[in-house]
Amino acid sequence: MKLTCLSHGRGGVHRPPCHVLELSGLRILLECPLDLSAIAIFAPVPSSSPSSSGDLVAAPPWYKAVAAHHLFDPCLLDAVVVSSPAAMLGLPFLARNPNFSAKIYATEVTARIGGLMMEELVAMHSEFVRYYGLEKRQGRPDWMKWEELERLPIELRNVVMGEEGEELGCWMPQYSAAEVKECMQKVVPLKYAEEVCFNGAIILKAFSSGLEIGSSNWMISSPRRSITYLSSSIFESGHAMGFDYHSLQGNDLILFSDLSSMNSTDYDTKPDECNSPPLRTDNDNEDHIIKSLSGNDENLEEIEKISFICSCIVDSLKAGGSVLIPIGRLGILLQLLEYISRALDNSNLKVPIFMVSATAEETLSFTNAIPEWLCKERQEKLFLGEALFGHAELIKEGKLCVFPLLYERELLMAWQEPCIVFSPHWSLRFGSVVQLLNRWHSDHNSLLILEQEVDAEMALLPFKTLAMKVLQCSFLSGLKMQKVQPLLELLRPKLVLFPEVLRPHCPIKEGGSFAFLYYSENVRLRVPNSRKGFEVQLATELAFQLEPRRLLEGSMAIARLQGRLLLSKGKYLLVSGKKPLKQSNEQMLLWGSVDPARLILALEERGIVGSICDDDKAADGYWFIQVSKPEEGLIKSSASETVISCDDERTSALIFEALCSVCDGI
Amino acid sequence: MAIECLVLGAGQEVGKSCVVVSIGGKKIMFDCGMHMGYLDSRRYPDFSLISETGDFDSSLTCVVITHFHLDHVGALPYFTEVCGYHGPIYMTYPTKALAPIMLEDYRKVMVERRGEEEQFSYDHIMECMRKVIPLDLKQTVQVDKDLQIRAYYAGHVLGAAMIYAKVGGSTMVYTGDYNMTPDRHLGAAQIDRLRLDLLITESTYATTIRDSKYAREREFLKAVHKCVAGGGKVLIPTFALGRAQELCILLDDYWERMNLNVPIYFSAGLTIQANMYYKMLIGWTSQKIKDNYTKHNPFDFKHVCSFERSLINAPGPCVLFATPGMISGGFSLEVFKHWAPSEKNLITLPGYCVAGTIGHKLMSGKPTRIDLDADTHIDVRCQIHQLSFSPHTDAKGIMDLIDFLFPQHVILVHGEKPKMASLTERIQSELGIPCYYPANNETVLIPTSQNVKVDATGQFMRSCHNVNLNSIQDKPCISNFSTNNCEVSGTKIDASKMVITSCCNANLHSTQDKHCISNASISNCEVSELAGDENLTEGILVMEKSKTAKVVSKDELLQMLGAEKHVVQFARCFPVRLSNREQFLPHAANHTTLQLLCKKLSSHVKCKYIESFSDHLQLDSLRIRICSNEDCPFRTNQNKYCSSSVIYFCCSWSMHDENLASKCLEIVNNLDSTIQDSNLAQEEAPNEHLQ
Repeated sequence: MKLTCLSHGRGGVHRPPCHVLELSGLRILLECPLDLSAIAIFAPVPSSSPSSSGDLVAAPPWYKAVAAHHLFDPCLLDAVVVSSPAAMLGLPFLARNPNFSAKIYATEVTARIGGLMMEELVAMHSEFVRYYGLEKRQGRPDWMKWEELERLPIELRNVVMGEEGEELGCWMPQYSAAEVKECMQKVVPLKYAEEVCFNGAIILKAFSSGLEIGSSNWMISSPRRSITYLSSSIFESGHAMGFDYHSLQGNDLILFSDLSSMNSTDYDTKPDECNSPPLRTDNDNEDHIIKSLSGNDENLEEIEKISFICSCIVDSLKAGGSVLIPIGRLGILLQLLEYISRALDNSNLKVPIFMVSATAEETLSFTNAIPEWLCKERQEKLFLGEALFGHAELIKEGKLCVFPLLYERELLMAWQEPCIVFSPHWSLRFGSVVQLLNRWHSDHNSLLILEQEVDAEMALLPFKTLAMKVLQCSFLSGLKMQKVQPLLELLRPKLVLFPEVLRPHCPIKEGGSFAFLYYSENVRLRVPNSRKGFEVQLATELAFQLEPRRLLEGSMAIARLQGRLLLSKGKYLLVSGKKPLKQSNEQMLLWGSVDPARLILALEERGIVGSICDDDKAADGYWFIQVSKPEEGLIKSSASETVISCDDERTSALIFEALCSVCDGI
Repeated sequence: MAIECLVLGAGQEVGKSCVVVSIGGKKIMFDCGMHMGYLDSRRYPDFSLISETGDFDSSLTCVVITHFHLDHVGALPYFTEVCGYHGPIYMTYPTKALAPIMLEDYRKVMVERRGEEEQFSYDHIMECMRKVIPLDLKQTVQVDKDLQIRAYYAGHVLGAAMIYAKVGGSTMVYTGDYNMTPDRHLGAAQIDRLRLDLLITESTYATTIRDSKYAREREFLKAVHKCVAGGGKVLIPTFALGRAQELCILLDDYWERMNLNVPIYFSAGLTIQANMYYKMLIGWTSQKIKDNYTKHNPFDFKHVCSFERSLINAPGPCVLFATPGMISGGFSLEVFKHWAPSEKNLITLPGYCVAGTIGHKLMSGKPTRIDLDADTHIDVRCQIHQLSFSPHTDAKGIMDLIDFLFPQHVILVHGEKPKMASLTERIQSELGIPCYYPANNETVLIPTSQNVKVDATGQFMRSCHNVNLNSIQDKPCISNFSTNNCEVSGTKIDASKMVITSCCNANLHSTQDKHCISNASISNCEVSELAGDENLTEGILVMEKSKTAKVVSKDELLQMLGAEKHVVQFARCFPVRLSNREQFLPHAANHTTLQLLCKKLSSHVKCKYIESFSDHLQLDSLRIRICSNEDCPFRTNQNKYCSSSVIYFCCSWSMHDENLASKCLEIVNNLDSTIQDSNLAQEEAPNEHLQ
């Protein structure tokens, strides 16, 4: 098995890490995200003040796939595994290649939400098409010419090319709606814990990771290895089903790919936590670990953040300002909606909430029909017959208005300020957010809510001079570092593949019950196999056909085995052949030496008379048996060889048979 | 090893489905239903057969409920709360959501209307449902270390599931009720091609073959339309869930199309509330609904409103859905009493009514009077329409499913005895699968086969791949790289892997249309054959006490045993008289003779490997040498020839080239005569070779 990390990503939800796994001769791509933060180099349309976006590229944007994607041939991939909606946004670039034949595996909900996100991207991109017209020329756009790139400020140029110019090849022209559709047809949608067998050799199973609705960790097992592919995970969530770590217990290897703490600021784990006493693996201890891992504290923290946001929103509204929320995380957005409407009720504010996105309506009604994928509290709502999320009620009461476009007649009719608008896209380059920012950016009462992951300075570049308040909020996007060690103890792997970049930050003690290997970007890591030999299932009917033979010495028995080897559901299976088994002496394999006295006896049993020659020929470790009846013949034998010489074929065959009976053989 | 199957309910009858299966030391209860036709102890399965002491927790591993109908879940609260089972209970999300509604509805009917003593309370139901672990379709649940269960879509009602269970190598499916044809709001049953030891299937319509559904739907709509057009009232007794939604979609759609405005009522808030559940559980409905619900949710009925008791005798036409379905009591009976005497009205009956209910009486013959009890009689003058669409599969569907899964054994439950007997006959004769239909409280033992786990060495596994390479060499499409890589042993394996990949891809694609049946022994689509079909892999199984048996390749065995190979050879040294040997130059005589012999052999013997050396010929393991050793121990007939024209050939070979050797030896023996021929024909020899 080999692992190549193509990209660490940015440690957030929007740009997850990406790897290539080579396993059992198959090549599996783990995640296929887009770097949508890179689109910040393009000027939004229509631009409010051309002067402020002067440095930005005024052209229809291209999109940046994950580094090194262009360096390998898509036709070499056998499968793609996707664990969250954001991790599939780059898929159409792969799938539109005519040589691409891999199967794409994702959970049903990841696939659906990911598909909606792609549709939204395509819809938002069409704003540029309307402004600039269709890109006519094939080949590289003008802004990618060397002299144009030279003119860019250094930070923008770094986004375009990477520090050494290696990322220039990652840029692609946007995919079309048809390409999205075609790509989605190649996706195999799965349920949580559904077993799917790829190529007979590899079994894939998704388990909830808690990060987003439908997002997953994977169990990948081949005949000789079971692997946990651990993506960013959250123990308890207020929307998605929590992190199902029980189902990941006992796999040989963990590919730790939760890099969410790479950029986070809370590295300051207290030293006493790192030096916890060595953990035993008895049950009491396990319960203890579980308790420490899956407390509700993380979720409470998140709710606290959301409540804080709500209070800021209420303050702004009271001051007469509007609130703009371009948050890209669906689960948080849905929770936020519920809390905002409650906060409005509590403070007696009657302010409309708008949601303006091409796919919002579909997304909202979809999320109210997937109880199987949600957290426990929301599943309880199903069993009580209540709507899963609050937005259904809000829409019915007219408190939440959903529109596909900003310039819709009904929207203009319903429009009033101040208001709250949920509006894509978090990069602030396209989507309805651009127009609304143009409208409100100089209003000091208005409020813009961004995620921590967004580079606010870069994102807000075209909206100078900015007077509106900006609230940047970091939501939990993966495992907290201090929980990594206890989690690994609980999962009991033999080997952990851990990102080198996290090594300094993670309080991991080596020398425990499992070993570590560290991986880095763009290095192919060879992973040794701990299992010796292969495990094979022997079919009953084949086992019954065996004719075991005891060895002359020792307690061992051996049997010749003839059958067909199959690979079924990741397991080797030996079944009997279609033709009946024929056992013959022809292929007989003998070993050890022959005792002449016993051979004489065996010959006699078969009606052959012979005597041991005691003459001088018997030198150099050889001995002879002279056969006199029924035909003349000679047997010459040493420790490792016997030669039978007899004119009569039948007699030689009998001699051979007698020899086999006194010698170890099979 | 065996699977033990104890039928506690629905054995040769319909009602109180309950089957307890022991498989590999695990005991699973499938369904825990009640019988609607009985009011005494016969209404529940006889749980004492599971455990005499009543210690169900230690005797049962888990309970799995297939769907929310009372004959499948009705006894569950009784079993958990009264009998005291506390172990895990599994059902799908919709079943968990909807079963309490059904149970509570039933409890109310029993206690409040019939005035019976209650068997379980509302709290019992809620307490029981709290313990239920919800299942999603295809989710593979590890109940404990050994037992794995999985739910497949059954299509019968919302959330109905077929349950697959696996312990070790033993596998089975319990279908519950299922439907093989899609209807308006549900899809058809779907299951993978699994290798099964046992299939337990329902057989409600064991002998019925149904025609097109559309004709039956049209008939129903026509009857309803005719009735309301004539000012009549239509009573549709149904369960709150399932048929009600199906018929409602049908009517709502029809009303829309025909522009009707006759009111459609639901008897209680119950069904309207049920629609709320249906809206959230859209993922469990038919594909058509799933594709379109984001724009229009079909469970938002436009023409449906709720019913007040005062409306029973209100003038004018209407359509009313009322519970329960078989008019066994409750509101549907109340309305029936009022509406049955008028010939303008219409009563529709479900496809199946349990014996003892009014529905059953109405179905059998055309009664004009129904005696409710000693004092109450109802005159029946209204029209009666029997709904012939039922969410159960028909006989063809059952046969199709059995044929598709092709299990080792079949057990029929949930049907009527004579029909089950005839279906059993069909299954055994047409499919050749042993089939049983035990009565209640009977046990069937099913033998199962189990695979043996062994270890195999890398070299053995590689030898399997190599066999593959040789076998496919002839096939033009892949021969390219197999021959290319044959020389280099290192790349050999890679090549064979590629072969497997390409074969498998084809295999996987073809299974998508579900017509591909791979080899009968493992009838599973996700199997790849590592050696070619005809090529058997050979190895040696080494068994030692208290160790896992190990498969090694032949070459490894000796190394493993620390023994040395004992080579057995056959040898003969015999004289051949060559009359014109003098013609040859003395120093090259032997060589020339061998050359001649070689030419001779290569044209007469089929042998892959012939090589000529200066002093001997090699044909596979056969070595032919001209022997000048007078004391050669293998020499025979020593004294017969003593001339210079006689030379001795000393031959040796292994057992497996016995046939080749005897043929060659014959040729060598007759060399004299043939040499003369060949000398004459020497000019033509090369041509012969070419041919």
